[in-house]
Amino acid sequence: MKRIRFWGTRGSLPVALTAAGVRQKLVTALRGANGRTFVTDRDVADYVNGLDLHVCGTYGGHSSCVEIETGEPHYVLCDLGSGVRPFGEAALARHGAKAPQTYHIFMSHMHWDHIMGFPFFAPAYIPGNRLCIYGGHAALEGALRRQQSPPSFPVDFSALRATIEFFRLKPDTRHSIAGMTVTLIRQYHSGDSYGYRFESGGRTVVYSTDSEHKLADPQASEAFVNFFRDADVVIFDAMYSLADAISVKADWGHSSNLVGVELCQRASARHLCLFHHEPASSDETIAGVLKDTRRYEEITRTAAPLHVSAAYDGMEIDL
Amino acid sequence: MKWPGSYNAPAGLDQKRQNAKTKRMDLSTRRFADVVVAEPAGRIDYTNAEDFKSMLWPALAHQPEGGAFVLDFSRVSYISSVGLRVLMLAAKEMKAEQRKIAIAAPQPVVREILEISRFNLILAIFSSVREALAQLSPAALAAYDTVPKRGAA
Repeated sequence: MKRIRFWGTRGSLPVALTAAGVRQKLVTALRGANGRTFVTDRDVADYVNGLDLHVCGTYGGHSSCVEIETGEPHYVLCDLGSGVRPFGEAALARHGAKAPQTYHIFMSHMHWDHIMGFPFFAPAYIPGNRLCIYGGHAALEGALRRQQSPPSFPVDFSALRATIEFFRLKPDTRHSIAGMTVTLIRQYHSGDSYGYRFESGGRTVVYSTDSEHKLADPQASEAFVNFFRDADVVIFDAMYSLADAISVKADWGHSSNLVGVELCQRASARHLCLFHHEPASSDETIAGVLKDTRRYEEITRTAAPLHVSAAYDGMEIDL
Repeated sequence: MKWPGSYNAPAGLDQKRQNAKTKRMDLSTRRFADVVVAEPAGRIDYTNAEDFKSMLWPALAHQPEGGAFVLDFSRVSYISSVGLRVLMLAAKEMKAEQRKIAIAAPQPVVREILEISRFNLILAIFSSVREALAQLSPAALAAYDTVPKRGAA
């Protein structure tokens, strides 16, 4: 595995920057530039590149879709949230419509935000393409078919001309798929969700979203510590604060930044990537959560540092 | 099938953490009029959070009717998510009985953890036991002020 590329990082519902939000970023950037002069384009680029992401960019608004670049000719994706639309456009721009591609797609579960991008995934409409869709749920195919049928969507599933195959994977078993060893773990979420551990070429990536961790169950925590063991990157559902996750939002099926740090530290993972951001959170809020999480990691560190990032649409992590 | 997962990684467990001994918590209590002040000591983490709970619950149960409960955190050096969960359960317990609970005198790092976890939004936090009592009960404050303090001549 070479690289992780995030196409959709927002939880539950896509969000968009508003005109007021863009304006506020411009105001902040211009205020920060007070007294500077910009003679060349390089001067401008240097200034912009030095700004924090929440000022010069955005964490983004697409719902869950993550690409793992394996170095092989096929594509590997996690989830079909709205981020799969720009992913599909990029794949078509790269190969054109007449060069068949294979897409291996691993589904955490079938809640709407994780499947809503599929009707807009252009490669699925093109004959010759092959889509292998994997998951732990028996109802996976039915959920995608139902989404593309009246009255939910005007284009029926039968209009998809690619070859589409569904594979149900057993959890806690090592599967050889697309040149990787893939293992699933069942997660606490309404209707269940599944986390994935991908191992290939000496690299390990864990995709664990829409997963609540019950702190009263040390055996369950230990199972996740083992699942995350020595991972290079753990993509982790950090939707809520710990206080919310175990009080007003208990049993909503999501986790917190603090639990992510603790599980990754116990697992000796190297990189925790906060994912599935709360849709109500502004860029400033997410940046604050990232800062807090890095501080918590620093406070609790007992071994090698755990790198902490917050995923944003377009972010890449080299493995 | 185990719930929610039963994955066993090929690699062995981190021995340092696996071998971490469960350390029993120290927790002493004092009573000032209608307020009980409990003083845990040490780290509260996944190795002893249940122990912390088992010591805290009798103290909560022996509250005077309508009285408040203060956790003097001056000797707590660290609290993890499982320890914070015990605080949440205690807060729910007290709320159900329409009684108040507060944290007093947390060390700077513990205060940071309370803020990072957003527990500062659901639990009242005071910089000292005296400040907490002043807010919760004039009678408890008066009783507290009559007691010689540690280190006093």
